[in-house]
Amino acid sequence: MKNYAYVREKSIPPSPPPLIEVGVIGWIRQNLFSSWFNSFLTLFSLYFIFICLIDFIPWAWGGHWNAKSLRECMDLDPNVACFSVLAARWEQLLFGLYPADQYWRPTLTFVFLILSIIPILFPRFFRYFWFSVIYPGLAIWLLWGGSIWSIAIIYIGVIFGVASFTVLSKGVIRSTSVNLTLSIVITLLFFLFLSSTLTEFLSYLIPISLPFVESLRMGGFTLSLIVGISGIVASFPIGILLALGRQSNLPIIKMICVGFIEFIRGVPLITLLFVASVLLNYFLPPGTNFDIVLRVVIMVTLFSAAYMAEVIRGGLAGLPLGQHEASASLGLTYWQSQRLIIMPQALKISIPGIVNTFIGLFKDTTLVSIISLRDPIGLASTIRADTKWNGIYWELYVAIGLMFFIVCFGMSQYSQYLERKLQTDK
Amino acid sequence: MSENNSAEKIDKAKMNITDEVAIRISEMNKWFGTFHVLRDINLEVKRGERIVVCGPSGSGKSTLIRCINRLEEHQKGSIVVDGTELTTDLKNIDKIRSEVGMVFQHFNLFPHLTTLENCTLAPIWVRETPEKEAKEIAMEMLEKVKIPEQANKYPGQLSGGQQQRVAIARSLCMKPRIMLFDEVTSALDPEMIKEVLDTMIQLAEEGMTMICVTHEMGFARQVADRVIFMDEGQIVEQNEPESFFNNPQSERTKLFLSQILGH
Repeated sequence: MKNYAYVREKSIPPSPPPLIEVGVIGWIRQNLFSSWFNSFLTLFSLYFIFICLIDFIPWAWGGHWNAKSLRECMDLDPNVACFSVLAARWEQLLFGLYPADQYWRPTLTFVFLILSIIPILFPRFFRYFWFSVIYPGLAIWLLWGGSIWSIAIIYIGVIFGVASFTVLSKGVIRSTSVNLTLSIVITLLFFLFLSSTLTEFLSYLIPISLPFVESLRMGGFTLSLIVGISGIVASFPIGILLALGRQSNLPIIKMICVGFIEFIRGVPLITLLFVASVLLNYFLPPGTNFDIVLRVVIMVTLFSAAYMAEVIRGGLAGLPLGQHEASASLGLTYWQSQRLIIMPQALKISIPGIVNTFIGLFKDTTLVSIISLRDPIGLASTIRADTKWNGIYWELYVAIGLMFFIVCFGMSQYSQYLERKLQTDK
Repeated sequence: MSENNSAEKIDKAKMNITDEVAIRISEMNKWFGTFHVLRDINLEVKRGERIVVCGPSGSGKSTLIRCINRLEEHQKGSIVVDGTELTTDLKNIDKIRSEVGMVFQHFNLFPHLTTLENCTLAPIWVRETPEKEAKEIAMEMLEKVKIPEQANKYPGQLSGGQQQRVAIARSLCMKPRIMLFDEVTSALDPEMIKEVLDTMIQLAEEGMTMICVTHEMGFARQVADRVIFMDEGQIVEQNEPESFFNNPQSERTKLFLSQILGH
């Protein structure tokens, strides 16, 4: 027998790690003071945070809230913040030029917004998804006003179309595509000939309406949310379709998608917004009133859809070919395999990129101030134009920044939560 | 090559080969670009027959079985599966794919679905089986491959051997009449090869029509009714396992067998 020959007779039971490696002390040692250089960095960072806060906290904490003008603030104490401008103008920052007696409408829309995204964000509440479906119509009606039936008619038309599809499918014709085409034609006919009469009739029968508010009065954070949320909701599905189109085997579809993506990505958003605000009027027949907010929403949507398509294409490329083959070999059709196998995984991979695009889109809504819509940034200039507040910068931008930060940070936190939740390999 | 001794005496008498033709491939040719990957393939597979396809890498054996369910498209000749010819008609392709199960080298399970969901997905969406029934079938198949206890785990939490058995169960849930195995043990640790081969042997005993691309010669000896040797896109030799291994005719076959069995 060789002298290194050895047979273990008893296995060593696992034992807890030494105390100094675990708990608070262990964490501090490992993360903050693991070497002399790390210790130095830790102390330096603490000092840096300290000198930042030593000036900011007294400035912000001692700020004036009740002064009538910037002059008055300066007379009281020039070294602290003058938040009085927010106290005086907060309604404008939130609602723009919306009629003051109607402020409850955007407020209610915002509350409903939160309620309507809960079923989408948390599957536990998915049974309330119907509210998310009716929300867009409800929000448009609440914000712009007019008769409720002019919005409801769209839902009625869609329900009508779906119903006709269901009836047709149960009937003689077996082909889904024929039924689909037929029901789309029926729906179009409904909107062309029946809807206006029906709207008038219903408005006469059950008159529910709100005073009309025109688009140019929309402003403040309300406008940012309108443009941002509509853009996010609309650009996501368009982005998915563009990404699929770009990978398509059909050359025409592929060409259209590639052309669209490359064109939109190659043009600054500002240019598109100018096109929306000025040039579009030249191309439309005279007298057509194509809502400015709608035009901006469309441009922002197209812009972020192009980015979204590329982000999702990255996710699609990250999937092994085997996933396509496995789902094909089980007999799933193209759309089934996209919906059940490919997209859930590709979207999961792309979550950071998708949320990045969303956050970027939401902050880009401030660019509408350039085409003289009154988003918070645009309003900041308006407020400064008032002689009482002439010369105020920090306080306004801190407040605006904070509003955007809350929304964007929320999105980022949700995306991290989603990534953790969808992790299936641990 | 791990020899599989545990089921050496499998009951070949139960494994009836009928006269019914399951797959008929005639004069089939395929090119990848200008590369002639399959040349004049003629093959007839009877229902209940078990065929092992072997050959050096790049010989076209995987491409051959991938043509049978149209993961690859052939350019000349014909492939008839269960009486349906593979053409560009998407309906035929979907029909054949749902009748022909396939297991891959790298398992290709759906990582975002649990084991059970992997198994019920195709029956629910393709066969339109009610969910409850699909679950029952899935559990039955998972029991057959001996991992019912892993039903609610995700593929990423299973070992390679377990994943491959789930992949087999997933195919079986579609109640296929033909199973294709594409080097299903090549990516597995030696300890796990046996559990997958045992599952395949069990399937063979139940009379499943199988075409297996594999280098497991022990498996071929025990289970196969016919061994096909391919090289350079052609069928070089086919014979029953006894004669194939003990008395290969072609020089190329002899060389291949000496290299694969010689170590």
